[in-house]
Amino acid sequence: MKKYYLNYLDELESEAIFILREVWAQFQNPVLLFSGGKDSILVARLAKKAFYPSSIPFQFLHVDTGHNFPEAIQFRDDLVNKLGIQLIVGSVQKSIDDGRVSEEIGKNATRNVLQITTLLDTIEEYKIDCAIGGGRRDEEKARAKERFFSHRDDFGQWDPKNQRPELWNILNGKHFEGEHFRAFPISNWTEMDVWNYIKREKIEIPSLYIAHQRDMVWRNNSWIPFSKFLKLNDGEEVKNLKIRFRTLGDITITGGIESEADTLEKIVAEVAAMKQTERGNRSDDKRSESAMEDRKREGYF
Amino acid sequence: MQIDNNQLLRFTTAGSVDDGKSTLIGRLLYDSKALFEDQLAAIELTSKRKGHKGIDLALFTDGLRDEREQGITIDVAYRYFTTPKRKFIIADTPGHIQYTRNMVTGASTANVAIILIDVRHGVMEQTKRHAFIASLLQIPHVIVCINKMDLVDYSEEIYNKINIQFEEFSSKLYAKDIRFIPISALDGDNVVNRSKNMDWYQGAPLLNTLENLHISSDINKTDARFPVQTVLRPQREGFIDYRGYAGRVASGIFRPGDKVTIMPSGFTATIKSIDTYEGSLKEAYAPMSVSITLENDIDVSRGDMIVKTTNQPKAVQEFDTMLCWLNNNSANPKAKYTILHTSNEQKAMIKDVMYKIDINTYHREEANKELNMNDIARVKIRTTRPLMVDKYRDNRVTGSFVLIDDTTHKTVAAGMIL
Repeated sequence: MKKYYLNYLDELESEAIFILREVWAQFQNPVLLFSGGKDSILVARLAKKAFYPSSIPFQFLHVDTGHNFPEAIQFRDDLVNKLGIQLIVGSVQKSIDDGRVSEEIGKNATRNVLQITTLLDTIEEYKIDCAIGGGRRDEEKARAKERFFSHRDDFGQWDPKNQRPELWNILNGKHFEGEHFRAFPISNWTEMDVWNYIKREKIEIPSLYIAHQRDMVWRNNSWIPFSKFLKLNDGEEVKNLKIRFRTLGDITITGGIESEADTLEKIVAEVAAMKQTERGNRSDDKRSESAMEDRKREGYF
Repeated sequence: MQIDNNQLLRFTTAGSVDDGKSTLIGRLLYDSKALFEDQLAAIELTSKRKGHKGIDLALFTDGLRDEREQGITIDVAYRYFTTPKRKFIIADTPGHIQYTRNMVTGASTANVAIILIDVRHGVMEQTKRHAFIASLLQIPHVIVCINKMDLVDYSEEIYNKINIQFEEFSSKLYAKDIRFIPISALDGDNVVNRSKNMDWYQGAPLLNTLENLHISSDINKTDARFPVQTVLRPQREGFIDYRGYAGRVASGIFRPGDKVTIMPSGFTATIKSIDTYEGSLKEAYAPMSVSITLENDIDVSRGDMIVKTTNQPKAVQEFDTMLCWLNNNSANPKAKYTILHTSNEQKAMIKDVMYKIDINTYHREEANKELNMNDIARVKIRTTRPLMVDKYRDNRVTGSFVLIDDTTHKTVAAGMIL
């Protein structure tokens, strides 16, 4: 007998396409938050499918901290060119120069939190009413409570205790002027699903995800890439290792893992055997138990 | 991992920390190896700080700061795990009456409801509440887990007594498929691994049951319904005249050549092609996202529904429905609300509240008609224009809707059409 059900990757794909089409139908000026990381690459791919044979009908937005992996920026520019998409860049450096924010000081200073202001300023400047993100509920405990359509007030803030109930597949994107939404089409995907899909669809990803030789420094229990932004502390030394990255954030805070996985097949096998969560190497999440929740309330991705 | 034929199963768990709900989820994730070392280390640390003995698996499920501080689940949280047979999504919801709306939300997409009973207390008010919600939202499968069997010496007699209790009161409810499993979430008996303490139980452990439940027949394959989300008009070379209606099949099966009717206009047409990025399809069924083109050049837009001409939903402007009120502000019987039903958006008003239901006792209250947060009632709704509806019992997509308060834009009610 013929089967009339989808396997789970097809069901997740169909759900994401449904959500992307709802975004397009319900909002005036949506953008796709694009970082060059695997989750936003996946969302871009799903958007291509959702509107085919039309092209992706919205712009991409990248919040550029200035502390990037050069490979990720190159990948971003190539993909945007290939898709014929207009890219908006919100610059954290410009926010600093304009006096909107000041650099963090102290030993573990990063530009991670500064992105929030740049993101919200850009959303206001371009009158964006929905920013599509690659956030997933399995990433972090505060994200597990996130809706597909997530409301932000006119200060860009998330109120997790006062979210709109989201039943069946009925999405309510109604908002007042000045407010906006975040939409998360791959909410129900796990890291494993993302990799299985990338492998199945042969989606191109930045070389950073694949094991390669790189200079690294051991800091805060992670291997942090050595870059021009990093000042060595006493006792720290640079080591050349074969590593790969599981997530891509700022080059200053994204830890790599030692790995021999230099093909997609090997990465999928490696992810399946992982004993640490994906964001376990992200020092931005380690600041406190509710670091993610606190940043999300303020308007983080 | 072989993924080609693996299905997705969504289940909901309702309950409080006291029935061991969080422990059960923690146990499923732990024994199926979905918990990571850094998560365990964080839980271990918190367990120690709070003075618990060993690892308190329940701590894993509380996401927001307030929930961790108060030790309760407030909002729906989604959890994921995969076995070689299936991928699972857990909608983890609170069990207290004050959070009925969150339970309803979690139940709305579930294939399976897990209802937990503490074996020492038997069927309680909250058991009835959870069973009622599973029935109201028409969750096709219910698994009743009689928990904490270790505390009654794994007694078959007590277990059987509770089964009978449950079957007695649930005979009034809709449930296609109810199963019972004696478990001890704390020790892991009959959760992932078969219990060595209960030889008298011949059935499968919980995880095995979840892996093997037959869920593909839960989707309605008879009534072909396709709500149009948006129109694709690429207007580029090779696709100059292309006009595709994008949407997700709600139910039934569509094929090229099918005679279809566009509702509410009533125009008829023939399906020319069913397209995806990968190419054209010979058939499309729920829940596939596709783009449909028609042989005839007629006007179709968002909010319209493409259906088979031989099998049409009802176009109604007034209908009876069960309604769950979700908002702090009580219902205003004279007010107009925006109604969202599939991709269709209209104005609606609550014409009459027929009765409210006490979800602990199932009694109907006809005297008190004010709809407050968490109330469930049978009401009459009137809309400004027709909606194309099926009964919720027959179709969870075309039988459901939400109401939005135009002054706050919040989702204030969820309805299941009778």
